Amino acid sequence: MEERKIVDIAQAVLAENDRMAAALRADFDRLGVFCLNVTSSPGAGKTALLERTLSDLAGEVPIGVVVGDLATDNDAARLRGKGARVVQVTTDGYCHLEANMVRAALDALGLDGLRLLIVENVGNLVCPATHDLGEHARVVLFSVTEGEDKPLKYPTLFKTADLVLVTKIDLAEAVEFRRDEALEAVRGVAPQANVLEVSAKTGLGLERWYEWLRRRLQPER
Amino acid sequence: MDPVTPTGGPGLQWAVHEVSICAAAVRAAEAKARELGGRRIAVLRLRIGALAGVVPEAMEFAYPVVCRGTLAEGSRLEVEHVPVRCLCESCEAEFEPKAAVYACPTCGRPSAKIVSGRELELAQIELE
Repeated sequence: MEERKIVDIAQAVLAENDRMAAALRADFDRLGVFCLNVTSSPGAGKTALLERTLSDLAGEVPIGVVVGDLATDNDAARLRGKGARVVQVTTDGYCHLEANMVRAALDALGLDGLRLLIVENVGNLVCPATHDLGEHARVVLFSVTEGEDKPLKYPTLFKTADLVLVTKIDLAEAVEFRRDEALEAVRGVAPQANVLEVSAKTGLGLERWYEWLRRRLQPER
Repeated sequence: MDPVTPTGGPGLQWAVHEVSICAAAVRAAEAKARELGGRRIAVLRLRIGALAGVVPEAMEFAYPVVCRGTLAEGSRLEVEHVPVRCLCESCEAEFEPKAAVYACPTCGRPSAKIVSGRELELAQIELE
């Protein structure tokens, strides 16, 4: 039998992605861009929140958006015309964005002059947890229609969140949302995260979300 | 009734996430094998943390598929599971959480200090 050689490697499987993410983060820092990775299950209201956020903030802060979906550029179409630069990434079946996809998107979008870059990840509450996109902060949305125990069911992604946004709060009463139970679940699973309740439809709570964002922006250059 | 864990064999579509991660592991292993002049990878060992965001069973399912046409074709995948450990900053003690809320067994406070469990690591290969 042929001799076998045992070779210790001990390197991250996603080392390539991690390197690329670090390079992106270095670019963001050099150019004074704050980058946000926005994740949630499909339909939690990422695009609706961003539509409203762009309408309200794009006049004040130059914003770029990279929006990822399995297919179609419907989301980019919704986000255009609100004063921000928007580029769609279609992942062709891939369940999450990777750093090289963000790099390719930025080659098209350009970072010049931006102060805020929002990456809207593919709607998925599992897969985006694994890939660093070079972001400075990660936001996880969960809507009142998804059930109070969502963080308990999908803890992995929630445990990577810097901010959890409880969305569609205007529907809370209609769906008999048990607020205390939901907040307890978020705070138990993700004690590291800030938690805000918002409605992109009525505007409730949005000022606190904008404040959270403004506090993280680099000074204008 | 206990939750049902399907054992009938997942479809590739279900494992798409793990296919991409598996492929990254095989690429890295191949690069190392070439660097050392290996002819074939016989065994590939991964360390996967419970919080890594991948399903080890799906990795095992995807593995032979992504190995096709590589130096690792026909090789064996071995997975070492790394449990989550976290630190309670009040009690200054490490513990292994038992549920999604990482409550300290002594004081009950949820911990955000994860010491291990996020590993997704190419640990070792056996070369021929």
